[in-house]
Amino acid sequence: MSLSSLLIQMISGLSEASTLFLISVGLSLIFGVTRIVNFAHGSFYMLGIYLSYTLVSRFGDTASGFWLATLLSALTVAVIGALIEMTVLRRIYHVPELFQLLATFALVLVISDATLYLWGPEELLGPRAPGLSGSISLLGHRIPQYDLVLMAIGPLILVGLYLMLNLTRWGTLIRAATQDREMVGALGINQHWLFTGVFALGCFLAGLGGALQGPRVPANLLLDIEAIGTAFVIVVIGGMGSITGAFVASLLIAQIKALCYGIGTLTFFDVVIPLNQMTLVIEFLVMAIVLVVRPWGLLGRALPPSRQAPQSEPMLTPASKGVRWFGALIALVLMMVPTFSESFPYLITLSVDMLIAVLFAASLHFIMGPGGLHSFGHAAYFGLGAYGAGLLVLMLGLPMELAMILGPLVAALGALVFGWFSVRLSGVYLAMLTLAFAQIVWSVIYQWNGFTGGSNGLIGIWPSDWLASPTAFYYLTLASVIISVLLLRFGLFAPFGFALRAGRDSALRAEAIGINVKRIQWYAFTIAGLFGGVAGTLFAFSKGSISPEVISVSRSVDGLVMVLLGGINTLSGPIAGASIFTLLHDTVMRETTYWRAVLGLAVLTLVILFPTGIVGSAQAIGERIKSHLLNRQRGGQLNGAGNAQQSGGDPR
Amino acid sequence: MSLLTVESLNKSFGGVRAVDDVSFELPKGHMMALLGPNGAGKSTCFNMLNGQLVPSSGSIRMEGEELIGKRPRDIWRLGVGRTFQIAAVFNSMSVVENVQMALFSHQRRLLRFFKPLHRYDREPALELLRLVGIEQYADKPCSTLAYGDVKRVELAIAMAHGPRLLLMDEPCAGMAPHERNGLMALTRRLVDEQGISVLFTEHSMDVVFSFADSMLVLARGKLIAAGDGNHIRHHPKVKEVYFGSGKTFEEDAREPNTGAPVSTEH
Repeated sequence: MSLSSLLIQMISGLSEASTLFLISVGLSLIFGVTRIVNFAHGSFYMLGIYLSYTLVSRFGDTASGFWLATLLSALTVAVIGALIEMTVLRRIYHVPELFQLLATFALVLVISDATLYLWGPEELLGPRAPGLSGSISLLGHRIPQYDLVLMAIGPLILVGLYLMLNLTRWGTLIRAATQDREMVGALGINQHWLFTGVFALGCFLAGLGGALQGPRVPANLLLDIEAIGTAFVIVVIGGMGSITGAFVASLLIAQIKALCYGIGTLTFFDVVIPLNQMTLVIEFLVMAIVLVVRPWGLLGRALPPSRQAPQSEPMLTPASKGVRWFGALIALVLMMVPTFSESFPYLITLSVDMLIAVLFAASLHFIMGPGGLHSFGHAAYFGLGAYGAGLLVLMLGLPMELAMILGPLVAALGALVFGWFSVRLSGVYLAMLTLAFAQIVWSVIYQWNGFTGGSNGLIGIWPSDWLASPTAFYYLTLASVIISVLLLRFGLFAPFGFALRAGRDSALRAEAIGINVKRIQWYAFTIAGLFGGVAGTLFAFSKGSISPEVISVSRSVDGLVMVLLGGINTLSGPIAGASIFTLLHDTVMRETTYWRAVLGLAVLTLVILFPTGIVGSAQAIGERIKSHLLNRQRGGQLNGAGNAQQSGGDPR
Repeated sequence: MSLLTVESLNKSFGGVRAVDDVSFELPKGHMMALLGPNGAGKSTCFNMLNGQLVPSSGSIRMEGEELIGKRPRDIWRLGVGRTFQIAAVFNSMSVVENVQMALFSHQRRLLRFFKPLHRYDREPALELLRLVGIEQYADKPCSTLAYGDVKRVELAIAMAHGPRLLLMDEPCAGMAPHERNGLMALTRRLVDEQGISVLFTEHSMDVVFSFADSMLVLARGKLIAAGDGNHIRHHPKVKEVYFGSGKTFEEDAREPNTGAPVSTEH
C-alpha cells in the first residue's frame, strides 16, 4: 500500500471523526449533567437518519431545502428527546444507576419498534445533497465533496458548544451542574428545565449526526445499537462529561480505524491479521486499554462522591423452613415436567430454556447483587462456554461429557482474565469495561470466519446418544442447574459471600480489617463466569447450533433485566425473574411482531413502579401485611415501623 | 519503650505542606490525643499512619518495623486497628456478623465457600461484643443501631485481632454527649487492662482532657506542642493557635455534664 493512499484514508478519517463526535458529544453532555448513561442515544441517532430520509426526500431538491430538512430532522429528534425526558427520565433520576441504564435500554426497544412500525424493515438510502454530489481530486484519489463538508461540521460544532458553554448563562449552569449538580440545585436553579434542556440538546446533536449521514448510510434498524456501541467507546475514552475529550477520542478512533483500513492485512510471523476486518475489536481494545491506564478516560476526572447517603442493602437470611419446602416442591414439579410432554409438546423445550436462563441470571446476580459489580457483559461468559464446548466437540472431536466440563472452564478462564481488569473499576466505568470485553469476544467470534464460523456460527453440536432424547437432556439440565444454583447460594452464605458483601458495603472498612477486596471480587467474577459458562454449554447442546448472537449485547441486557425483574437484593429474585422473563419472552414473542416494544414498556413500568423487583416488592408487601396484623394484635398501640422504606433523594 | 516512632514525617499536596516535619513517640499502654484546628494536618497524619496516604518523606516505625509503603490491610495485619470519623461498618450484616468478618479475616478463613457462616462458632465474636457492651444487639442489622452503638461495633471490629495500636479518627464526632463519655471510658479501660496504645484525634476538649495521657498539638502541619494536659493548657503557642477561645482550656471545661459540649468548632 502506498503512502498516498494511507494519507487519503486518514483524510477521510477526518469526516468519520466528525460523525463520531456528533454521535457521542450529546451522550457526554447528558451524562455530565444528569449522570444518566443514556443507552437510547444511538436510537436518537437512528431516528435522525430516518427522519432525514423522509424530510429530505420531500423538501431536499434544492440546497437550502436539503439543509433546512436536515436541521428540521435534528430539531424533531430534540423535541422527541425532550418529551421522553419529561415523561420517563424525570421519574428515574433518583433510582439507582443500574435501573436508569435499564430504563434507557427499554427506550431503545420501544424506539426500535416504533421505527419499524413507521418506516418498515427495508433499508432506506436518502438522496444526495444537491450541489455536493461531486468529488475533488487529491493525490490521484477522489474525495466526495460531501465528506469535506462533514469534516468542517465537527470542529464547528465543537467551537459552537465551547462558546455556548463559556459565554452564556445557560452554558455556565451546565458546566456548574457537571461539576456539582446538588450545589446548583441548592442555589435555586430549576433543575427540571436544565435537565430537559441538556437532554434535548444532546438529542439534537445525535439527530443532526444521523441526519447528516442520510445521504451516506442507508437507514436501517441495526444502527441504534451500532451507534451506541461506538458512542460509548468514544465517551469513555474521552472521559465522561468532557466535550473536548469526546472530540479527541473521535479523532483517535477514526484515525485508528482509517489506519486499519489503509494497512489492510498485516502478516506477523506467518500469521495473517486482517486488520481491516478487525475494526470493531480494535475499537473496544483501545477503550479497554484506556480504561486500564486512565480509569476516567483521557480528559475525564473522577466523579465527586455523591452526597446521597449510600443505600444500605437489606440483610440476607438463610432460607426459612417454608421457603425450603417451597423450593423442594418446585424441584418436584420440575422433575415431573417430562410426564406432561405428551399433552404439552413445547413444555420440555420451554423448561430447558427457563432453567438455562435461571442459571445465567443467578450467576450474574452473584457478582451484581452481593458483589456490587454491575457487569454489562455477562454474555461473554455464556458465549465462551457455548463456543468453548462447541469448538471442542467439533474441532477436537471430544466427547460431549468432557466438553460439558471443559466449556465452563473456558468461560472461567475468560472471566479470570477480564475480571482482573474489571474489578479495578467501579460503577459506570466497570459496566462499560465489562461491556467492552463482551464486545471484543463477540467481534473476534463474529469476524474469525475460519475458526468460529463467523456470523453463521457452528452447527451440529449434539449431546451424546444416551442424552440425546429431550427427556434425558432435560434431566441433565435440571440437575446441572439445581446443583449450580445451590453452589452459588452456599457460597453467598459462607464466609466468602460475606467477604464479598463486605467489600460492597464498605470497601474502606473491609480494607481496614485486612480484606483484599479486589481479590475477593476477582474470584467472585471468575466463579460467576464459570457458572455463566455452564449455562452457555447447556445452551449449545440444547440447541445443537450456536451463533454470535449468544454473546450479543442484548443477551447481556436480558440477564440484567432478569436479575432486576426479580429483585437484586434477594436470592430467589433472579430465579423468579429469569423464569418470568423467559416465559414472557417465549409467549409474547410468538404473538406479536412488536415484542421488543412490549418488553421495553414492561421494563419501564417495572423500573418506575417496582424498583425493588418482583420478589423485593412481594417481600415488602408481605412485611406490610405482617406489621399490620401485628399492630392489630397489639391493639394498634404501636405504629408499623417494620417496613423500612427505601427512599431515594428528590432529584432537585 | 515506645510502640510507635514517627520521625520527620512530611506530606505535601502540590505546594501545600499539609504535614511538616512531624516527629513523636507513642509509648505502650498510652492514650494520646492529636489536636489542632481544622486544616492542621490531623487527618493527613492519620491517613499516613494507616497506609491510606503515602508520605512525601519521613518514617513511621512500629516496634522497629517500617510502616511506610505498606497497604492498609497489611498494616492491619501488623496489629493496628482503626475506627473512622464516619463509622464504617457492613450495613447489610448483623452486628455479630460484622465482628465475625474481622475475626475471620484475622484467621484467614474468608475464602471458605461451603460451610455457612452461621454454623461457625460465634462465641469469640460475642465475647468482643460483651467487651464493648452491646451483646444484646448481636443479631440486629447493623443499619438499625443508634449511631453511638455503631461506633461501639466499630470498636469491637477494630479490637478483633488483638491490636497493639488503635487509631481512632474523631471517635466522638456525631455522638450525643452522654454517649461520648461511655465510649471513651470504655477505650480508656481497654488501654489500662490490655496494654494497647491509642492515638486519637478529637475536637471536643472535655473528652481530650478527661481521657488522654498526653497530647500533640498540630497547627498548619507543624507540631507546636506535646505533653500532658497541664503543659498543653498553659502552652503559649497553643493559646495563640486557639485564638480567642481561652475558655476551652479552663479547668471547668473538663466537667462532662455541663450541658452544652465545649468544642472548638461548629
